[in-house]
Amino acid sequence: MAELSLSGAEPHRWLRRQSRWTGWEAAFWIAAFVPFLLFPTYLTLASQIAIAALFALSVDLILGYAGIVTLGHAMFFGLGAYCAGLITKAGWGEPISGLLVAGAFAAFAGFVVSFIIVRVQHLALIMITLGLGLLTYELANAMNWLTGGTDGLQGVDVWPLFETFDFDLWGYTAYGYALALLFIGVIVARRIVHSSFGLSLRGVRENLNRMPAIGSPYRRRLQTIYTISAGIAGIAGALLTQTTETVSLETLSFQRSADVVVMLILGGTGRLYGGIVGAVIFMVARDQLAGINPQYWYFWIGLLLMLVVLVMPKGVLGGLARLVAKVRT
Amino acid sequence: MKKADAVLRTENLTKRFGSLEVARDVSIALPRGARHALIGPNGAGKTSLVNLITGQLHPDSGRVLLAGADITTMPRAERVKAGLARTFQINALFPDLTPLEAVVLAVCERQGTAGQFWRSLSSHGKSIDEAFGILRQLRLDDVATRTTRTLAYGQQRLLEIGLALATQPKVLLLDEPAAGVPKGESTELFSVIAALPDDISVLFIEHDMNLVFKFASRIIVLVSGGVLLEAEPDVIRADQRVRDVYLGRAKHG
Amino acid sequence: MIVIFDGIAFGMLLFVLSVGLSVTLGLMNFVNLAHGAFAMLGGYVAVLTTREFGLPFLAALPVAFIAAAFVGVACERSLFRLLYRAGELNQVLFTIGVVFVASAIAAYLFGTGQQPIQLPGYLRGSVEIGDMRLGVYRLFLIAVALAITAVLVFGLEFTRFGARVRASVDNQRVAQGLGIDVDTVFAVTFALGCGLAGLGGALAVEIVGLDPTFAFHYLIYVLIVVSVGGLGSIGGSFAAATVLGIGDVAGKYFVPQVGSFLIYLLMVGILFWRPHGIFGRR
Repeated sequence: MAELSLSGAEPHRWLRRQSRWTGWEAAFWIAAFVPFLLFPTYLTLASQIAIAALFALSVDLILGYAGIVTLGHAMFFGLGAYCAGLITKAGWGEPISGLLVAGAFAAFAGFVVSFIIVRVQHLALIMITLGLGLLTYELANAMNWLTGGTDGLQGVDVWPLFETFDFDLWGYTAYGYALALLFIGVIVARRIVHSSFGLSLRGVRENLNRMPAIGSPYRRRLQTIYTISAGIAGIAGALLTQTTETVSLETLSFQRSADVVVMLILGGTGRLYGGIVGAVIFMVARDQLAGINPQYWYFWIGLLLMLVVLVMPKGVLGGLARLVAKVRT
Repeated sequence: MKKADAVLRTENLTKRFGSLEVARDVSIALPRGARHALIGPNGAGKTSLVNLITGQLHPDSGRVLLAGADITTMPRAERVKAGLARTFQINALFPDLTPLEAVVLAVCERQGTAGQFWRSLSSHGKSIDEAFGILRQLRLDDVATRTTRTLAYGQQRLLEIGLALATQPKVLLLDEPAAGVPKGESTELFSVIAALPDDISVLFIEHDMNLVFKFASRIIVLVSGGVLLEAEPDVIRADQRVRDVYLGRAKHG
Repeated sequence: MIVIFDGIAFGMLLFVLSVGLSVTLGLMNFVNLAHGAFAMLGGYVAVLTTREFGLPFLAALPVAFIAAAFVGVACERSLFRLLYRAGELNQVLFTIGVVFVASAIAAYLFGTGQQPIQLPGYLRGSVEIGDMRLGVYRLFLIAVALAITAVLVFGLEFTRFGARVRASVDNQRVAQGLGIDVDTVFAVTFALGCGLAGLGGALAVEIVGLDPTFAFHYLIYVLIVVSVGGLGSIGGSFAAATVLGIGDVAGKYFVPQVGSFLIYLLMVGILFWRPHGIFGRR
């Protein structure tokens, strides 16, 4: 296939093919409507999964594509969550504008942090992201006059979406809202990933040293993607606030930062849908297993993690891709 | 050669690591269209000199001038934008990208369009054409859409040059371009280098004397960080000092 | 003043817990977040042997060391070595998985409550030195930590094995070329590192308690000590552990609201200024 000599038009065609929507993607989005019809009692879980998936997507942009290892991205998730909550408490409960403001706030925080992030690597980078996440948590805990501390933010009142769809206990609005935003998130991520900017991020991931040698201001690129990623994470956090009408310190916790990285490894990094697949597996498994016994959950997820890293380091999607390639030849 | 004619010039570059002097008062000049070779025994400081010129190493003293402008304190990426490119002795490629993607990236970076995250890659039509043209020139068009890590070593070395060419350099520094390449392919690789446009100044580090005498119009001999001699190939071949220091040893392989 | 003393004692404990990770990280570049799990293992072994088998406390310490060292080298030979070239993220995730599993097993075997440990009479209580009442156990901790430091420094500087370790840390390939069996150096050093972690865990039970979340909780402290002190630097770990110990105890005492926050902020600042740690190389 690729062994044939390429004529002038081939490279264009090949590049266009890399960014085409595949049948799998279409199938996924159709399947995403299934919970509405077949599992209406699980709609709350479904919207949690969609939110986790959006968060995982934001981390994939920096982890899978640019190679920035982060153990503290919940910082931006939580900042977005609290911002959205505080906006409603200040009297403005319109969901979409609240969401956008929260996202912008988180993106701004990401921009500030990015100056530090692009200047460190390896263990220092991991520790700094971890440290920033932890200190944001402590700060929020200490500022309990604003955040409600360990009790969480009370009295979050979100107005109905488009003035008609109420966020109620049935969960239809919540899931529809979350799913729509996940879809938009994927569209935006696709465009970024399949642009020359996305290519330069992959260049950074593949060989950081070569980038300045081809004249690339790679630090600026990394700062841009980190800011975008923080914004998307913030939107995911705001989504959680608006659909559950609460905010807790958990949104800033190390637990959440670690969970999202686990989801990405499960699904496979750098593949756009890896975070989504990982989120589905993780959240469904946790829902089933943690219900039985919380210790059960830790044991099995730990074992699964070890297994995936050893046997399928490219995650479920990576393993599937290898399988498909084998079947083809 | 008048000073004003030199596209790349170093003035008294000096660099030491503790007691080890990797560059001693090195002053060289590259005119337009040069095909100069940099030779010397192992550890003479050849790669270090290239690193000093490109900015990967900061000199203790001395200057680097590109087309008359002092670039001694310019960051690496800016020097590339000013027209100074290099290849690496050990391949510094993007293993998971295809040659097409890698060269398109380099072209977009040069054109300053690589940061446009809202435009799809396939919309950069001209850049893609230019990139493919470079690959064709290097006879890599067959493998343009195969992952770089699956390429043969000789092809990877060619891609290494391709990435540098994509930056449209005025000066090209090649660090042992044929290193590790089987004998038969290295001549072909050098014929590609010889076919480079006349206005590019090329300085290449090489150990294989046959290739050096075949392709170089002028040779600089570096020993222990300092320039021993700089002259035409015939003069170098005949010089006793060079023989003692370097050519004598080269005969033993 | 007593706060400083308590802080130093806590710092010494953190040092014993962390020095193993600093050396193995500097030597093998393997991000072993399971280090906390080995410490936890040592703690549980100490509790078990003193409670069920009636072993005296001082004898339980070397048992904890040996148990952790043994399990550690078994893990290294079988699992960890497969990941030496797998990249940081994979190592981080794999070893986090190990911590999850270890925590779950500990909860299953011992329950989720705190495990008390019986100290011998001569280690309990306090003594009067000058005009301060200093806890005997804390003095014991400081003494043990200093003894370990002396043994480590002596071992690294003056023994042939130590020389091999230093060579391998400095430049693995050259060391191999010189005929040093880097594999064995790795295994023995890793065993020592885990053993020290286990010893630290056993010592920690009296000061900070022991339950299945120990592995996580103290992992963060250990990581701070190791990254700020500098990989492969015993002196760095010592200094960083002391400062962190004092800072943590003083912080919790004087400014309980923002204590941890300041520590994290300081860590971020130091790592940004010196990414390899204050005493790190490379």
